[in-house]
Amino acid sequence: MSGEIRQADVLVIGAGPAGLAAAIAAREAGVERLIVLERESEPGGVLRQCIHNGFGLHRFREELTGPEYASRDVERARALGIELWTDTTVLSVDGERTVTCVSAARGLTVFSARAIVLAMGCRERPRGALGTPGTRCAGIYTAGTAQRFVNLEGGMPGKRAVILGSGDIGLIMARRMTLQGAKVLACVEIMPYSSGLNRNIVQCLDDYGIPLLLSHTVVGIHGRERLTGVTIAQVDAQRRPIPGTEQELDCDTLLLSVGLIPENELSVGAGVRLCAQTAGPEVDDALQTSVPGIFACGNVLHVHDLVDHVSSEAARAGRMAAAFAAGELAGGESVPVLDGDGVRGATPQRIRRGVGEAVTLMLRPAGVYRGAACVVTCGERELARKRAPIFTPGEMVALTLSADAAASIDGPVTVRMERS
Amino acid sequence: MEITCINCPMGCRMRVEVEDGRVVSVSGNACGRGSLYARQECVDPRRTVTAVIPLEGGASPLSVKTSAPIPKRLIAQCMSELAEVKLSAPVQMGSVVLENVCGTGIDVVATKSVGKVII
Repeated sequence: MSGEIRQADVLVIGAGPAGLAAAIAAREAGVERLIVLERESEPGGVLRQCIHNGFGLHRFREELTGPEYASRDVERARALGIELWTDTTVLSVDGERTVTCVSAARGLTVFSARAIVLAMGCRERPRGALGTPGTRCAGIYTAGTAQRFVNLEGGMPGKRAVILGSGDIGLIMARRMTLQGAKVLACVEIMPYSSGLNRNIVQCLDDYGIPLLLSHTVVGIHGRERLTGVTIAQVDAQRRPIPGTEQELDCDTLLLSVGLIPENELSVGAGVRLCAQTAGPEVDDALQTSVPGIFACGNVLHVHDLVDHVSSEAARAGRMAAAFAAGELAGGESVPVLDGDGVRGATPQRIRRGVGEAVTLMLRPAGVYRGAACVVTCGERELARKRAPIFTPGEMVALTLSADAAASIDGPVTVRMERS
Repeated sequence: MEITCINCPMGCRMRVEVEDGRVVSVSGNACGRGSLYARQECVDPRRTVTAVIPLEGGASPLSVKTSAPIPKRLIAQCMSELAEVKLSAPVQMGSVVLENVCGTGIDVVATKSVGKVII
């Protein structure tokens, strides 16, 4: 270590879709000393392994595969001459915006940044988080690990698989495994509804005759060295297995698709306050965290369903970070955004008063709501309302407060679901 | 019949009235594409197929897709034809890796660029 500290105006951590969009927006806003730090050897993040199509419908009005979507941002970033450090792992970030990173090519580097954009994405919930009884045999993978194994490394995790959890990656992997020659016996979901998108249930399970067993879970894992089978059972309304409903399934592979958790080890180290509902940083409408000059976007902020939303959110974070670095970001007093009835993890968690820009709130309903509305209020006043035939926890709700509505905010804002 | 729209993550649940093998009405769709999909899905269901194929000398397998949706019943045959494809790096995104898959007139194209590994 030379002891020299490098200066940056905006430093972006992560070169997935969020980091790329943030960096592009920051450069377009005029930021010169801009560097993106990426742990992998190539930019693109999880999109690199998401070879299926369906990305970009909102943003590009066409259906792209993950690699194609990523390549558009990568090419734009290259055209703008954005400096990208790959194979570079960030070791720490502190509250004074000092960032320490390491790579084989450059060794240890310390940056002092005027603004930082956190864009580290999320991780999968592992087996250990489930507490499923059974042996510690091989053949149990998180769905995303299996996806990487198949799509980037050209391997196959096994021949007969059961998927636990019906998150989108699990559904996508049910199809991928089937197409690559494996037999997928069932997708087992503990909840009475799937957390995956309908589109994926139709295209990945129904098309291949793979049963979706709702209100079921895995209660036993068998096998000494390699997995030989699992026991599944139906569960009651409290998600407890119902005795007598057990079934044995012979399989050599169990894929877990049981949730994603924002990856915030670096954020916590910097003193960034996290939101209990989203497990991501608490941010204001400028996507600024509780630490001045540190911004967050994409799946590190809250787990999204659609990359299109990640890109637009991240572009905003990039613009706001650029404004902060230039000393032009409006600060001051802010009001909290509170989760009301039936709402989980409304983001941003605070709105600055008197800024008067339109604000997009994103949230998940706590259950399935049919013919309901999502309503935003400030005191007795209604600021926005969104109706839809159905709201489900698997599909994030985006709801925009107009600039006028945002300017009128004079106290805490509440978001709630309202049944008609 | 009841079908779920797959055009976008909205996943509209649509009711399709079919008489004598022809679609007479579609309801429950939020947009025009839902109606188009329902009419297509009930007569000639199609899917875009994506896959990975080994790439000799490449840093990773090559991800590919059908350049347009193919009939759903041909998905397995499409995969068998892809299994016969032999390719070497480098490959450019968008280049055709298999012409006229299953006689559909639709090509399979690369969805990423993969360079040659230099040892």
